[in-house]
Formats: sequence, structure tokens, C-alpha cells
Amino acid sequence: MFIPCDRGGGSAAPDFKGFTLLMPAVSVGNVGQLAIDLVISTLDMTKVGYFYTDCLVPMVGNNPYATAEENSMELSINAEVYSLPSKKLVVLQIRSPFIKNKYRPFCETLLSWVKSSECARVVLLSSSHAYQRNDEQLLGTPLRYLLTPDLEKAVGGRVQELNWKEMEKVAAYPGISDTDKVLHIPGGGITKLLFTESCSKGIQMAVLLKFCSEGDNIPDAFVLVNYLNEWLQLVKSEVNPSSQWKIPSSWRLLFGSGLPPALF
Amino acid sequence: MATFFGEVVVAPSRAGLDEEEEAREETPEDREIRREIEKKRLLCGSFPREVDVLWTWKSGGCAEEPLVCSRFIVAIGRNAAAFLSSFILDSVCWEVVGVVKLWNEWCRTSSTTNVLPTDSFCLFYRLISDPTVLLCQCSCYVAEDQQFQWLEKVFGSMQKKGLQVTILSTCPVADYKTQESTLTLASPFLKALKTKEFQEPVCCPLLEQPNIVRDLPAA
Repeated sequence: MFIPCDRGGGSAAPDFKGFTLLMPAVSVGNVGQLAIDLVISTLDMTKVGYFYTDCLVPMVGNNPYATAEENSMELSINAEVYSLPSKKLVVLQIRSPFIKNKYRPFCETLLSWVKSSECARVVLLSSSHAYQRNDEQLLGTPLRYLLTPDLEKAVGGRVQELNWKEMEKVAAYPGISDTDKVLHIPGGGITKLLFTESCSKGIQMAVLLKFCSEGDNIPDAFVLVNYLNEWLQLVKSEVNPSSQWKIPSSWRLLFGSGLPPALF
Repeated sequence: MATFFGEVVVAPSRAGLDEEEEAREETPEDREIRREIEKKRLLCGSFPREVDVLWTWKSGGCAEEPLVCSRFIVAIGRNAAAFLSSFILDSVCWEVVGVVKLWNEWCRTSSTTNVLPTDSFCLFYRLISDPTVLLCQCSCYVAEDQQFQWLEKVFGSMQKKGLQVTILSTCPVADYKTQESTLTLASPFLKALKTKEFQEPVCCPLLEQPNIVRDLPAA
């Protein structure tokens, strides 16, 4: 699945042992993916490879993080891996939707790659439909977290200090009070599947998600990436939390081209 | 989500989510229905989502040696296919060597090589004077879940060393994102993407972000 970039000189395949894998779920508002774009762009991460997979809709374009003419011509596809060894961070960016019936195969292949590359833990950035919140969730912070039991042991204390709110389980049959409570992440794409599979495979995984709706999700991405930063401390926290993140050049024209002058 | 008129609908998502994102727990009834549908498909003699690549130069049962190919030009979509028909293809210099047979909700192609311009088809031609030059006219729509298969089966038959691939495709102008209005764009409006291994000069500017290419040309 993972194909390393040919960096020339016969360099060895990258080693992710002990690294944190940061990745998005393709979810409502694409918030996880936007947040990942901010991380890659701000930390100026180097592409180290891509996923050769039939699970995502194909797409290709030029470098979305280009800062100048010289670096604008590298091709970029739907699932790419970036790395920052100084922070022991490896990031997967997913740029297109899943093909029907391919959620499970992708999750299985991904988790087996996580195990074989010996990543220490996985952090999944995601989102969930704001309109599906219950009464309690309408109040307070729209941010939630989830930890697999293995990661709970390692970082549960830190998360308590940060005063984060765990994603609530909801009744399996709403309206009937004495049914089992289950995890329900509407609009979260592969989030629930990846989380439950990680629990059963003993993988250390954290899910960070935000309740949101479709629209201009750039502010949601900033909120989510700052939430992540509270824990992982990827960049120094500034007084103005938005100024520490660099917006990639590909975020231009998110809502279409300029207007024809003849309109007015 | 409640709409303006108070009806409750499922909110559509740009992220391409659909109801099956919730892991399907099949009831015995669902399983039975699915089995019946599969049986029906088998009776029709085809697996609807399969992509079959039939090479006319391969006689049945011969060894699967890869096709030696130095240049492969692929025209995807009706416009690109028509371009090749108008300016490149003729029956004197080119011969048909293969066809793709597939079916999806939008179109069906057959294994016939005698096609009309208005048909949906996917044909492979070889230059008679230089049989390592291959051309593909793909006017049919290859569905998302068939694109990878198409790719593997077509390129799987080729020896890829030293191969140069050129992909011709069109996109609606409305999809092109630019600071100015799209009404002011020059015509013909050409953009290109190239891999770093492609060293020759490109005849038009490169496609700048945030524009992207998707589907079969991207695959």
C-alpha cells in the first residue's frame, strides 16, 4: 500500500518506528483534511511517499503547498504521506472521497500498515454532523476526543489535565431509556470503524473531532488544529491562535472563480 | 437537518458520505436478498462491475507476454476521442488491436470494434509502421469503482520500461478556478500536468492549484 518516494541516491525507505501517525477522516465539512493541510503547510513537511490504493476516487494536481514557482510543479495525488522526523511525526493526507464498499478494506490495510511500520500511535482528526447532537451536546464545547484503551493508559492523565470532553455514547434506540449505549459518529466517515478496529487490535489511537456543518469550514479547521496543538504542541501557542498556522496556497478560490464583470 | 419548510432531511455532505458509512450489520433477510441478486447477476453471464480488456492480437491460450510499448496516447471522453478521430486516426496507418468491455449505470461497451462515433466505446489502436506506438480512444464513462481495474488491466498488459504516456482529456470550463472570470479565458484553453520524469517541453502552461484532475485521467 505505502510506496516511498524515490528521493534519489538509493536512499532507504523511511522508518516510522515510534512515530505518531496523524491522519484525517473524510468527514462532514472535510474538517479533518483541512486541519491536516494546515499542519503540513505550517511545519513545511516533506513528502515521503503515497498510498497506492483502489479505495479512493483518483485525483491529481500540482503541489498544493507550493510557495513559489520552483516548488509548484510536483504532482500530488489522493493519499500522500509526509514526515517530520524531528517531531517523530508522520502525516497521511487523504484528498478524495471513498469509493462505495471500500471503507473496510481501506481501514484494514491502513491498520496493518500502522502495525508493520511500528508507529507508536495514531491520531485521527474528524468531525460529526452538528445537527445530530443531543440536548447536552448543544451546550459547551463542540470538540470531543476518544482514546483506545491502550492509549488511555498512556495519555489519559494528560487529557484530564487539559479538561477535554470525551465523546458521549448514545442510546442505541433513542427514546427508549434502558437500552445499551453505543458510539455514534454521524458524518464521521471511517472514524467509528477505524476506532473500533483499533480498540480490538490493541492499537493506540486517539480521535479528535468537532461538531460542525457543511459550509465554510476553514474556521472549524483552525479550531480543530488548535485543539490538537493543546496536546501535541506542534507549534508554539501564540496569543492569536490563528496566526501560527500557515494557510496553503491551494485554499485559494475555495468557492469558485472570480465573477464575470458583465454581471454588474 | 430541518429545511426552511420544516421537513427533516439528511444533510448532504461535500465529503461524499453516504448512508453506508454506518457499518452494515446484515439481518438474515438482507443476506438472503443479496444472495438472490448475486445469483441473478451470474445467470446473466456477467459480473456487472468487471472490466474486460480484450486484445485482438492475443490468440486464446497464449502466454501472457507484455505488449512492448514505447508511446501510449490515451484519449478520455467524447471530445478527446473525437479529436483523435478527426486528426490522427485513419484506417491506413492504424489498426485496431484491442477493446474494453464494461458496463456501468451510465454506459455499456461491447466487444465489437466496428463502432459509430455516437456509441460508447473504448478501443486500442496500433501504428502499423511502428507497432510500439499505441493509442486508446475511450469515449465511455469508466465508473469510480472501475477506474483502478481499467488501469491495472490495461497497463498490466504492457511492458512499462521506457514508456511515455500522454493523456488527452477535457473538463468543463465551469470547473476551472481562476481569479478572473472564466469568460475571459483564451481559446483553446489548454493546461497540462506532468510527472518529474517527463523531461520534454510541454506545449502549454501547467495546471495551477487549486485546480485538479479527477477520475480516469487522474488514475
